[in-house]
Amino acid sequence: MSLSADQVRQVAHLARLELKSEQVEHYARQLSNILDMVGQLSQAQTAEVSPMAHPLDMVQRLRPDAIAEENRREAFQSIAPAVQDGLYLVPKVIE
Amino acid sequence: MHTLSIKALAVGLRSKKFSARELAAHFLKRIEAHDGKLNSYVTVCADSALKEADAADARLARGEGEPLTGIPLAHKDIFCTQGVKTACGSRMLDKFVAPYDATIVARLKRAGMVMRGKANMDEFAMGSSNETSWYGPVKNPWDPTRVPGGSSGGSVAAVAAGLAPVATGTDTGGSIRQPAALTNLTGIKPTYGRVSRYGMIAFASSLDQAGVLGRSAEDCASVLEAMAGFDPMDSTSVDRPVDNYAAALDKPIEGLRIGLPKEYFAEGLAPGARDCVMNAVKKLQELGATVQEISLPNSPLSVPTYYVVAPAEASSNLARFDGVRYGHRAEGVKTLEELYKRSRGEGFGAEVQRRIMIGTYVLSHGYYDAYYLKAQKVRRLIYDDFKRAFQSVDLVLGPTATDVAFKLGAKTDDPVAMYLNDIYTIAANLAGIPAMSLPCGFVDGLPVGMQLMGNYFDESRLLNVAHRYQQATDWHTKLPKGFE
Repeated sequence: MSLSADQVRQVAHLARLELKSEQVEHYARQLSNILDMVGQLSQAQTAEVSPMAHPLDMVQRLRPDAIAEENRREAFQSIAPAVQDGLYLVPKVIE
Repeated sequence: MHTLSIKALAVGLRSKKFSARELAAHFLKRIEAHDGKLNSYVTVCADSALKEADAADARLARGEGEPLTGIPLAHKDIFCTQGVKTACGSRMLDKFVAPYDATIVARLKRAGMVMRGKANMDEFAMGSSNETSWYGPVKNPWDPTRVPGGSSGGSVAAVAAGLAPVATGTDTGGSIRQPAALTNLTGIKPTYGRVSRYGMIAFASSLDQAGVLGRSAEDCASVLEAMAGFDPMDSTSVDRPVDNYAAALDKPIEGLRIGLPKEYFAEGLAPGARDCVMNAVKKLQELGATVQEISLPNSPLSVPTYYVVAPAEASSNLARFDGVRYGHRAEGVKTLEELYKRSRGEGFGAEVQRRIMIGTYVLSHGYYDAYYLKAQKVRRLIYDDFKRAFQSVDLVLGPTATDVAFKLGAKTDDPVAMYLNDIYTIAANLAGIPAMSLPCGFVDGLPVGMQLMGNYFDESRLLNVAHRYQQATDWHTKLPKGFE
């Protein structure tokens, strides 16, 4: 399985990663090598096998629907790159 | 002081041979003298460590100390530490000061341990050589031209060089065991769900598990016991009592049934490493264990399985880094999409970007069944292999790594070659079973580790067997030249 430069650009777009143009070919080669290695999986006989998402047989634990956390907005906003009046700043999204 | 076991340090503190403050200062002095060569710490805690040490001294003076009170440690920089920078080896989090403590950080703090600093690591724990860190590579104290292994490379270098008595680590595909093997340390990755993941920066959530790196099974046992246990803040934490690991250490191992998976001794294992592991097997037989060959037929597929599952989970976990709420934010962007893309393009290094892209690709429409679903099915086969094995043996033994530590830079341009470092360690993460690495010899002056893999929640037995082996051998007591 090999990835073209265009496919790498598309995947990078989906993952919201800006790649420098000179990186694209390099990544295409490396990612293709990784997918080649991963391709060994096709040898495995898995017709009757159920997928395993998680190592432990467990059900999702539920908790009472009660407020357990204090409001720490100021502490959390103090580590944000850009805030104003208690709001997170992002570039304008509505014209 | 830096060569003493935790037990001996605890005795020293109680008999007033030295205070917790003196102990913390001693390790600081060693860090200042040696870490310039190793780069094992990314943050050294100055004032906070002394404060914690003074508090420990006060507790000990009142006779209230716990077994770990006053013992310094290094935390892998993947664990959130309130008020202390937590960068996870990434430019993305270079300015991130965690607003809360990880559960294990809080637990060890409550036990009275003194955080000496934060240990360097591969970026977001993605790497097997500690060369993907934004803060530069860590050097192996046994040979500074070689890697210490990864991703817990700073943790192992610090302990191996006597810059901390013990350190925490995390293990998603071998990140505790492989670096332990390469630096002559003992390291344990417990059963998935045994130790809380709350406050541990997520890489691959169905595989990540925290553990301990130390100089002996005994040291690891005491710290693991303090870390482990149910945590309501982690939805995959298992509500089950923690065994008394220390009490089980000395149990005789007569009749122990050890399985040697033939796939782990096949082509690819360096002859020198193989000899060390087989000598260790002989030693365990002398101690009363019985040995049989077993087969884990799907283990050759563990690396390809992992490189679908782990990147898939990583691509989803790392989606949170958006340049808005915390972490790196690109300057001078005009649109929201540009903000995301440039912040992530600048904030993540190449290995993290590769894994995000692989993960995004295998989860994308049209490829999901062929890659992700297929990998989850093979994961089940790997799990079934272990289930079958544990019907006839008590633990599985093999090498931890294919060879001794490799040279810095030797594999950085070839991701697949780097991934194959974890060929013997990944299966335990996929299955979720506990596993550890411990020293079993040297090849040309470089350490070799053997791996023990146990059944679910059988940490106690792993530590017991490792301890008995360490009572009968002295590999784990060897120190690298220049750091004695």
